[in-house]
Formats: sequence, structure tokens, C-alpha cells
Amino acid sequence: MSVRRLAAVQPASFAFSPETMEKANWWIAKYPENRRQSAVIPILWLVQKQEGWVSEPAISAIARLLGMPQIRVYEVATFYTMFMLEPVGSAALIQVCGTTPCMLRGSDALMAVCKAKIGPKDKLSADGLFTWQEVECLGACCNAPMAQINDYFYEDLTAENMVQIIDDFAAGKTPAPGPYNGRKTSEPLGGATTLSDSKLYDGSAAKAIKIPNAPEKA
Amino acid sequence: MVGILEDKDRIFTNLYGFHDWGLEGAKQRGCWNATRDILSYGAPWIIDNVKNSGLRGRGGAGFSTGLKWSFMPKEVKDRPHYLVVNADESEPGTCKDREIMRHDPHLLIEGCLIASFAMQAHACYIYLRGEYILERERLEAAVKQAYEAKLIGKNNVHGWDFDVYVHHGAGAYICGEETALLESLEGKKGQPRLKPPFPAGSGLYGCPTTVNNVESIAVVGTILRRGAAWFASFGAPNNTGTKLFCISGHVERPCNVEEAMSIPFRKLIEDHCGGIRGGWGNLKAVIPGGSSVPMIPAEQCENLAMDFDTLRNLKSGLGTAAVIVMDKSTDLIRAIARLSYFYKHESCGQCTPCREGTGWMWRVMERMVKGDAEPSEIDTLLEVTTQVEGHTICALGDAAAWPIQGLIRHFRPEIEARIAAYRSRRAIHTGHVIAAE
Repeated sequence: MSVRRLAAVQPASFAFSPETMEKANWWIAKYPENRRQSAVIPILWLVQKQEGWVSEPAISAIARLLGMPQIRVYEVATFYTMFMLEPVGSAALIQVCGTTPCMLRGSDALMAVCKAKIGPKDKLSADGLFTWQEVECLGACCNAPMAQINDYFYEDLTAENMVQIIDDFAAGKTPAPGPYNGRKTSEPLGGATTLSDSKLYDGSAAKAIKIPNAPEKA
Repeated sequence: MVGILEDKDRIFTNLYGFHDWGLEGAKQRGCWNATRDILSYGAPWIIDNVKNSGLRGRGGAGFSTGLKWSFMPKEVKDRPHYLVVNADESEPGTCKDREIMRHDPHLLIEGCLIASFAMQAHACYIYLRGEYILERERLEAAVKQAYEAKLIGKNNVHGWDFDVYVHHGAGAYICGEETALLESLEGKKGQPRLKPPFPAGSGLYGCPTTVNNVESIAVVGTILRRGAAWFASFGAPNNTGTKLFCISGHVERPCNVEEAMSIPFRKLIEDHCGGIRGGWGNLKAVIPGGSSVPMIPAEQCENLAMDFDTLRNLKSGLGTAAVIVMDKSTDLIRAIARLSYFYKHESCGQCTPCREGTGWMWRVMERMVKGDAEPSEIDTLLEVTTQVEGHTICALGDAAAWPIQGLIRHFRPEIEARIAAYRSRRAIHTGHVIAAE
């Protein structure tokens, strides 16, 4: 269990931007009329995208929007670890996967780079540009080691890649996400061993077919 | 031939995203073909055929998908029925559903329609883990395409009013447990519910609900198009079909690949992954089904069939078919200690044995990594795993216990050697430098 608390220093107020409010309403409409609470996680996420983190005034505002007791939003915000409860780096939030499949492929080296270039984990860097964390399995194990940076996955990384990525973010650039060892996604490096039959892609699968075992009288 | 399965028999023909993920591309590859005919044969026909295909749930437990569907009430009464798709893919080692959602999303959406029709649900929620942002954007775009083409929605071409809603979490492994997922979808902390009542009786918003894994749902359209017998022709009896394997760790070329169930482990690794790093003889141990299943040593991998029953007989499991390979350079104790940390981090805190036990087991494992322990503590640790296992509401307690049990079962001498090495080093520094006068 991870114990998480709100930040000691909180802003005086919070307001939804018009864009955030529009998206929040789009989420609320996905659920039955009397189940607005279902939208709490997506809306906390929208607020985090707007502000960079989740503050106490934001929690109160979400509670009012969804008609929930404030404590219920508070417990959601502290339960789910993707909600940042204090300000994070303005250039990049770097979340290195440290769980065993990534560890076996060298995540220690990525974290060593982060520590050397940014500082201790879970702390805002001195220049305010970066925060890095060790997180649990991000579900891209065939592309290990990897990190989620801001929203997207940077995969098949080496320590050198990580140095370059951090430098690029520091310079105001956004390096391309995806694998860094030359493959497209999670096919074997050097080329897929499967899915080479051209008949799969020539449209023959779209021709009218008769369903097997169809009942006598449909 | 590479592997066992031929390309013509693969379901996920855009697994790597080399082709168009959108509606046109998906249709070219056979998705949405004859879906209307399938629905016209009625719900009992669909459920029977899914049962006959032998499809077992792809989320880890391996329960018959068709049978699970048949547990839903036969008639809709005062409460609507729901299908909820578990796309909270978080089991360490597992990264297959991600490829379905970003590269073949229409197979999933079509499967949602067919499954929902079979269970008389007019609405389906797909719960993605929060970290899958690209996957969510892609899936939302595909859902939008399906609405615009009137494949789903009100008055769609299939004649069954049906809405798909994409939902997401925010970083909690426990939400992959089906009742925790439902709690989370209702806007609460993801803490598992006591069962019974089971979701088929009282699930989302207290309504009859079935929760299925992404892969289980995404294969349904193709199974029905090609026939139950076609799907059942792959793999060993009771372990049928094709399966996405995620191979990570110490192989030459880690990858996702769709293969026939029951494929020999060695063939899977050597044909698709370029073999074990450093050659077959360099294999030390394998976690064959995601972090929650106990590891098996190299000796048991020589003629190993990758399926539910074979692995269960080895006191392990196929789980999600996430194969984590470890070569002889691996510090197995550290590898498992890191998993213990994972379970400690992800315990929801609801049940005492898990909340306290996962932390306790992790702390002891960290000492075992150094060797800073009494040899008798190995048995104490084993005993504690059995106190956690089976004494919690959900299976997270079991999942935290099993990797440690697997380690001790197969590599106890390694732990003992670590302790002995630590103690022999310590003896040099312990005691007074000058003899007592």
C-alpha cells in the first residue's frame, strides 16, 4: 500500500478552464444520469493535465461538480498513484518502470541517469524542469526497459538514450516516443517472424462468407 | 516453418501496427464481416459456439468464456445488463491487450457488440489502465469511427442498440481484479468486493455484469466467423485456440506473438525470440504467466507445453501468457524481491494479511537479497506466505505469496548460499580486534 498525502503548500483557489469543463461534461455524459461519480477519475486526470498536479482546492471543486462528499474525492486522489499531489517538473515528468521485466533489461541504468542528471527521485529538480519517479509495471514489457514521459511511452531505452531524452526536454524539444532500438512496436528486433502472408491484407478476408455451424433456419 | 501457427490462422493480423488500424483497414482484414449474420443466429447460438470453441478467459484465470456468459440472467428485468471489458493490463510481463487496442481496436469493438448481444447488454464500458494514453486515444478514435459508420449506437446496421464507452483508471494494479475494477468504474477506491454476490447477479451499479479481458472479447468475432471447431483445432484438449504470448526478459529478441496454445516453450523462444540470451544452456528460470505465477526452473522447460493444464501441473500457471525469461546472470532473489515490492506497493490495504503481509514479506526478501538473515527465516517466510495466501478477499494476497513460494521451492540452496556467504564475510569483521586480557 502506498501512503500518500496532499502537499503542505496549497494554492488559494482552483478554477476549471473552459476546455477542461467541456471535456469534463463529455465524460459525465458517458454514465447514467444518477452516476456522475463515475467520472471522478477522468476528471481528476483532466485537472492534472490543466494544472500539472492535483491540489486541495481542485479536489473541492470536483466534489461540487459531481455532487460528491469532498472526502470521497480526496480518497480517490490519494489512492491512485497517477495523481501527482504536488507540483512536478515543467519540462517533463519521467516515470521509469522498475518492475522485474524492466529490471532484467536494465532499468537500473536508466534510473542512475535520472538520478545523476535530475537529482533524487520523487523530488522536483532544482531548476523546476524535471521530476522523476520509479513506477510499477507500465505494461510494455516486451519493450523493456522503458519510461513514460509526460503522456507517452519511450521504449527499448539505453542509458545513452535517456541522457539524450533528458537533454532534449531541457532544451524545450519533445523527443519522439516509441522504441529507441529501431523497431516499430513489439515485433522481434530485426523483423517480424510472422504476419508476412500477403493474402491477409489483399481484401480477400472481406468477401462475403458463410458462417460455419449456422442454424438451419436463420 | 517458424512456430506452429500459420499466418492464415492468426486473429490479430495487425498485431504490430504495420497496417491501417482504422475501420477501412480492419474491414479489409475481415473484421465486421458477417457480424449481422452472427447476431441473427441468436444469443444461445453465440454462447454455445463460444463454449464449443473451448475459449478460456485470457485475463489470467482461464475460466470458460462461454460458460461465464451463460451465468448472466436469461431475461432482462428491472436492471439493465452490462458488459465491462477489463483493459487494466497491469500484470508485470503482460503487454498484449495494449497491441490489440492500438493496432486492432475494431476486433475489440466488434467483440463487444457480439458479447453484449449474447448477454442482452445495450452498454459496454472498456476500462483501460490510466497509463495507456496512446491506446485510449486510438480506441476512442476507433469507437468514433464505428459510431459514424452506424456499426454501433442507436439504430445501427446490426439491429441491436448498443453503446461503447471508454473509461480509464489512474494507476492501480488492483483494479485488474474484476470487482475492484467495478468499484473504480463507479468512482471509488479500487478495493475488491466480497463475493457473493457475483457480478453476474450484482455488478456495475448493482446490475448484472460480466467482466471479460480484452483478448477474450477481441477473438470472439473471428472464432464465430471461422467456426468453433477451427479455434478448437489448435492446442491440447481443454487448452484450445490461439494465444498472444508476451516474451520479455533475457531472450535475444523480446516480442509479442500470436501462437497456437500448447506450443512448446523452447519452440516459442527459439523461433520467435532468437533463443535464450547466451544459448539454451544459459536458461535459469522462467515465470511463465505474469508475475503472479510461481517460477519454474530450466530443467522443467525442455519439453514444456505452454498451456493452462501443463503449467498448473507444475505448480505454476499460464496466467496471461506473459513469459518472463531469466538467464544464469540473474539474481533470482532480487528478481523476486522486486516483485514483492510491487505487491507491497499495489496492495489496496483492505485485508490485514495482505496489507501487513506484503510489506513484511518484502522486507524479509530484501534481507534475503543481501543474505542478512537466519537460515531458519526461509521457513518462517514460507510459513507467512501460506498465512497470506487464501486469507484475503481477492487474489492479490495469493499473487504476492506465489512468487516467493516458487523461489523457495526451486532455488532454496541459492538463498542458503547467499546467507552463508554474508555470514562468512561478517565473521571477519565481528568481534574484538585485540584478544581479551
